[in-house]
Amino acid sequence: MNSPQTAASVYHFKPYNVGRWLIWGGYALVMIAAPLLWKSSLSLTMLSQMGIAIIACLAFNMLLGQGGMLSFGHAVYSGLGSFFAIHALNMASNGQIVLPVSLVPLVAGCFGGLFALLLGYVTTKKAGTPFAMITLGVGELVAAMALMFPGFFGGEGGINANRVQGEAFLGITFGPQIQLYYLIAIYTFISTVLMFAFTRTPLGRMLNAVRDNPERVEFIGYNTQYVRYFAFIASGFFMGIAGGLAALNFEIVTAEVVGAQRSGAYLLFTFLGGALFFFGPIIGAVLLVLALVLLSELTQAWLLYLGLVFTFMVMYAPGGISSLIMMNLRVASFGKLRPLLGSYLALAGTAATVLLGAAVMIEMVYHLQLNEALGPNMKFMGATLNAKGFDSWFGACFVLLVGLVLFEVARRHFLKEWGQTQESIEREIKKREAAT
Amino acid sequence: MDVSYFLISLLNGLSVGLLLFMLASGLTLIFSMMGVLNFAHASFYMLGAYVAYTITQALGFWWGLLLAPPVVGLMGAAFERFALRRVHKFGHVPELLITFGLSYLILELVGLIWGRQALNFQPPESLRGPLFTVIQLPDALQFGWGSPPELCKTVAGAICTQFPAFRAFGMGVAVLMLVAVWLLLTRTRIGLVIQAALTHPDAVESLGHNVPRVFMLVFGGGTALAAVAGVIGGALRVTEPSMALAVGAVVFAVIVIGGMGSLAGAFVASVGLGVIDSFAVGSDSSLADLFKAVGLAVTPDSFGYVVWSVKMSQVAAILPYLLLVLILIFRPKGLFGTREG
Repeated sequence: MNSPQTAASVYHFKPYNVGRWLIWGGYALVMIAAPLLWKSSLSLTMLSQMGIAIIACLAFNMLLGQGGMLSFGHAVYSGLGSFFAIHALNMASNGQIVLPVSLVPLVAGCFGGLFALLLGYVTTKKAGTPFAMITLGVGELVAAMALMFPGFFGGEGGINANRVQGEAFLGITFGPQIQLYYLIAIYTFISTVLMFAFTRTPLGRMLNAVRDNPERVEFIGYNTQYVRYFAFIASGFFMGIAGGLAALNFEIVTAEVVGAQRSGAYLLFTFLGGALFFFGPIIGAVLLVLALVLLSELTQAWLLYLGLVFTFMVMYAPGGISSLIMMNLRVASFGKLRPLLGSYLALAGTAATVLLGAAVMIEMVYHLQLNEALGPNMKFMGATLNAKGFDSWFGACFVLLVGLVLFEVARRHFLKEWGQTQESIEREIKKREAAT
Repeated sequence: MDVSYFLISLLNGLSVGLLLFMLASGLTLIFSMMGVLNFAHASFYMLGAYVAYTITQALGFWWGLLLAPPVVGLMGAAFERFALRRVHKFGHVPELLITFGLSYLILELVGLIWGRQALNFQPPESLRGPLFTVIQLPDALQFGWGSPPELCKTVAGAICTQFPAFRAFGMGVAVLMLVAVWLLLTRTRIGLVIQAALTHPDAVESLGHNVPRVFMLVFGGGTALAAVAGVIGGALRVTEPSMALAVGAVVFAVIVIGGMGSLAGAFVASVGLGVIDSFAVGSDSSLADLFKAVGLAVTPDSFGYVVWSVKMSQVAAILPYLLLVLILIFRPKGLFGTREG
């Protein structure tokens, strides 16, 4: 124990955490500036959806990344949030309740949290694989119920609402998309800050411990089930906020928002972005909207591509994109990225060749299967291909095989180089440790 | 409720339950052995139906039934060998994720190869008719084998209910497969090695057995079993891309209800769910009727009427999940489970 006198006399230098301010400031700046750079109405809707997806994926990652809980039915909480938001919106416009539009997502968040409170008690009784199965079962339960009660869930047609209502506050009616975008951006920023802060609370830390070694946590005297349960509720709250924002954005909610497909999308993209780092799901959310809006327009086979990318990611880079970024940042911070650039170029080039060959074949099969009425000719990247012709199949096979062989060569070379780089970094770290 | 209806519902329920158990047994074996929940198990069920359809077009139904399971089993074994084994070292979550990715891929590939519409996959000609007919006369109960007897048309007030031959055949196949698997597991050398590898993989490995290969065998065998169920289920119901999702979630519910890793539990749960489902689908009553029976008046104005008035037949689809939730609240380790967690 220091006596008060010495404690006062020792000067503690507490600088601002410049890196943190820079990162969060940059994050806010990107969100403010994005609609000024991409002005078309398509990009504005996409940006709005990205904000919503960021909240949802981060909330999903509270379970997957922080708690090691794999949920197959998390759309339930965002979806139910959406339904309560749309009903609240309708009630407000009928004058049954007084509720500013900008607070509707908060209502949705509370209902998302409430349902997580109810259903999560059952779900979090187990961890690991049984947890995943139970979330799937609960997800199916709610999805089936959504079709059973058309009065609340609107049946096949869904429920409509109008977000423009009441007196304009400071000229804000939420009619134009840009106003809604900034509402979403504010919610996204605050939610991100809160969710990051959650990882630094004792509960967030215990959640990591429960993920890594539940047995030991039990021995210390914590109830692992409650730790999972509380995290589940918090996650449900943020999922609800995302759902409420989605209801405001689309002004229609259909039963598919609670469905298994939506849950699967959250899981898939959170993982692709990377569950190990806090910022991973943000990348995943941006990819989610890009894939759902742009990729699905570009090709009919987008789900197949997505499945392939996901499977390879699980097999070769289970940390997702964010971990790939962090690994390379580490190499760069030791100044060893430059020698690797050649290998990266080779990898990218050969991978693109493989992709080209495979994509041509996949597109031709899809064309034959789905667009038979249009004849065998199809357009692919500007060229006209005969999907029934021998040359196009031979060409695609040839490109694919050559690409595969070259890729394998490049991959082996890269692995060797990567291993050497990592070894030299380890050596340098040891040297630095010895020096201090 | 009359007797003939009861009998037929029971038999229908049993046939669905046995089909479910064929899926659940493979899933449980794989789970208890490797700790891997095969999310794509129902996708292999679907593959079984589709592969059998293709073989049926060329060689006839019987070849389809015979060849599709080994083909699908080989695919399953290959998946275990080249994908799952590689992920094994990363832990259980990536293992679960890769099977999840596989279910996406199989769904897309099936749509790509066979199209997204339902296929016309029918039972063979010889099994299309009814096996027997239960005839409920006002004063007696009679059975008639084969096609419905004249009695149905001539006697007034006779209720005739038929039981399709293919349903009975499916039950027969299921029972046969399960007895074969049981004999294989308990009476043969390889079965003993599998059983030992379930609980003591390290000891088995040190005795010189190739445990990873045993895993591959079990995975292939489990998926082949799913494919058998797929051939029967596909011909009995519909062969379409959504058949995997419809069955998959129920099978997961079955193995949680039965207790993770317990074959006996999976059997009781699947047969029980099959029978309950079959009775619920045919029932028109609702909770409101129950309240009326005990003397409580329920009118469209009373609180929660929407919930009380839902018919049993509508609830049938969610019964497995309701049971799942109830079991988790009151008996978290499942019906026959031995461990929690």
